[in-house]
Amino acid sequence: MWRYIGRKLFVYLLTFIVAVTINWMIPRFMPGDPVRSMLSRAQVSNPEALERMTTYYNEVFGLDRSLPQQYLSFWSGLLRGDLGISTMLYPEPVLDIILRAVPYTLGLLLPAILLSWIIGNRFGAFAARSKVLDNTVLPVGYVLTATPYMWLALLLAWSLGIVAGVFPVAGGYSYSLRPDFSWMFISSLLSHWVLPFLSLFIVALGGWAIGMRNMIIYELEADYANYLQALGAPRRLIRRYAFRNAMLPQITGLAVQLGTLIAGALLTEIVFNYPGLGTLILSSLNSRDFFLLQGIFLFVVIGVLIANFIIDIVYVLIDPRTRVQMTGGSS
Amino acid sequence: MTNVSGAPGTAEKAGTPEPAGERRGSETLHFARRNPKLLIGLGIVLAFLLLGIIGPFFVDHDPNQYVGPRSQPPNGEYWLGTTTFGQDIWAQFVYGVRSTFLIGTFGGGVAFLIGTTVGFVAGYKGGIVDEILNMLTNVVLVLPALVVLIVAIAYLDVRGLFIQGVFIGLTTWPWAARAVRSQALSLATRDYVDLARLSGRRTWKIITTEIAPNMSSYLVMSFILLFGGAVLTAAGLDFIGLGPSNGVSLGLMLESAVAWSALQLGMWWWFIPPGLGITIIVGSLYILNVGLDEVFNPKLREL
Repeated sequence: MWRYIGRKLFVYLLTFIVAVTINWMIPRFMPGDPVRSMLSRAQVSNPEALERMTTYYNEVFGLDRSLPQQYLSFWSGLLRGDLGISTMLYPEPVLDIILRAVPYTLGLLLPAILLSWIIGNRFGAFAARSKVLDNTVLPVGYVLTATPYMWLALLLAWSLGIVAGVFPVAGGYSYSLRPDFSWMFISSLLSHWVLPFLSLFIVALGGWAIGMRNMIIYELEADYANYLQALGAPRRLIRRYAFRNAMLPQITGLAVQLGTLIAGALLTEIVFNYPGLGTLILSSLNSRDFFLLQGIFLFVVIGVLIANFIIDIVYVLIDPRTRVQMTGGSS
Repeated sequence: MTNVSGAPGTAEKAGTPEPAGERRGSETLHFARRNPKLLIGLGIVLAFLLLGIIGPFFVDHDPNQYVGPRSQPPNGEYWLGTTTFGQDIWAQFVYGVRSTFLIGTFGGGVAFLIGTTVGFVAGYKGGIVDEILNMLTNVVLVLPALVVLIVAIAYLDVRGLFIQGVFIGLTTWPWAARAVRSQALSLATRDYVDLARLSGRRTWKIITTEIAPNMSSYLVMSFILLFGGAVLTAAGLDFIGLGPSNGVSLGLMLESAVAWSALQLGMWWWFIPPGLGITIIVGSLYILNVGLDEVFNPKLREL
């Protein structure tokens, strides 16, 4: 078991290093001058301030030093928690801006992922091998997974938000309120949360249902299922055993799908102008605030790595075989 | 096994699978013709492909040109209405379908090439090569593709379909590599592969002539999934505003619809067709894939 976890940790460490290296390389090896293109978009009218910002960013990029030195100083800055200073909201540190947005993204993402996973799995298991349900659930599920996240978000915003007028369609809370712990604020927060959550949830649901349905069919072909059936065990019992076995690949699937789900959350946020990381990405792109963009990138990668590690541990806890074999089964 | 090794064995082997392959081919066709999922999926995909190929020839103006009256709902002259600037949405849609297929083929193709190469080499070679390639695959698999793409493409000043496809290919290949690797791993230990190896053939030759044909259905299905994934990823990038500069695509249509508040103005004809197009194309590709799976995999057939 420790070997398994150790191996996984090594991969994650390597991924983190690769991500940081990508982050370091991109502005330096892409064509163009990042500092100039960044500052040309940040509308600074005061020439003195522009001068100060230019020297600051030139220094941060350290373009006058050798490449290995630049790389090392990039790492040392990172390990001190220094992600640079945003141009969009100068002179606020990137870290503070990101930390303000992260709770919104997490609040959207975690319930959507967990609920869609649980309900999708139940539904898929229920639909497998029952002719009518299977023939309806399968196409619907595939169409749902093929739906671009932002499009479903647009449809929901238009139908439930604008035409029906049930839910607000923009922002994380009403613009007339200030964040505090009052009942008004929390209810406004919740009503703004419903639509983005719903669109993420629905698109993700289809994928899980299909995955589970396929796994159950596969499990029902297995010897133990046939044997139980031959013994005359009730259908529900066989299903329950199949379900437990089919869960394991679905847990791995959760780790694999994480990137897609996060991408979906970012796109959904943009549609609803939800104050999370997605909207932050869009505004940092529009104002060419590369420090902010790269900070968000690192944050997302770290989040994905932590989530992957949690999933790995859950997998080891659930599947006794990984504990016994002491080998990296799924890697 | 030992008494058939050498050149005559392989020559004979090359002769025998011919009829077997043909028989299997007609059997496949037999089941393919009776599989509704395959037929419906294929029909829709081909219809859209045709629309993307032929449609633009019937549009006599640039899709981004301001040709008509502003904000018209769908009518006889402008089939899908016009944007707030008087652009013909039908023209944009048709060109968008074309670029959807292009980016799917291109992005999916690059990903397929990288993924299958890595998968075959890792699965066939084994040992330290497998170890290293597997590590690489896992690292790229964990990195969230769209976010990497956003950061990489944000620095490009001029963007085209080509660059977008290459970048998408570079980030979305890992799962295909994994799938191909696990298949190749089980095929690499078969007797006929050993035989080919004993006869001194080149590794690449063995992979392309002995291993790949035996998992061709698997490869086709992987490509279809990569194609769909590339389309969805490209749509996401376009929507964020990182699409091809001055291009037309379904994702870019969605972007401009949101940017010019089609939602608030109630211009449903601006944002429904592009998303619906993507959903139908990718969705029918997936259903086509299930159909293919049922045709090639007898276990799933009896449904």
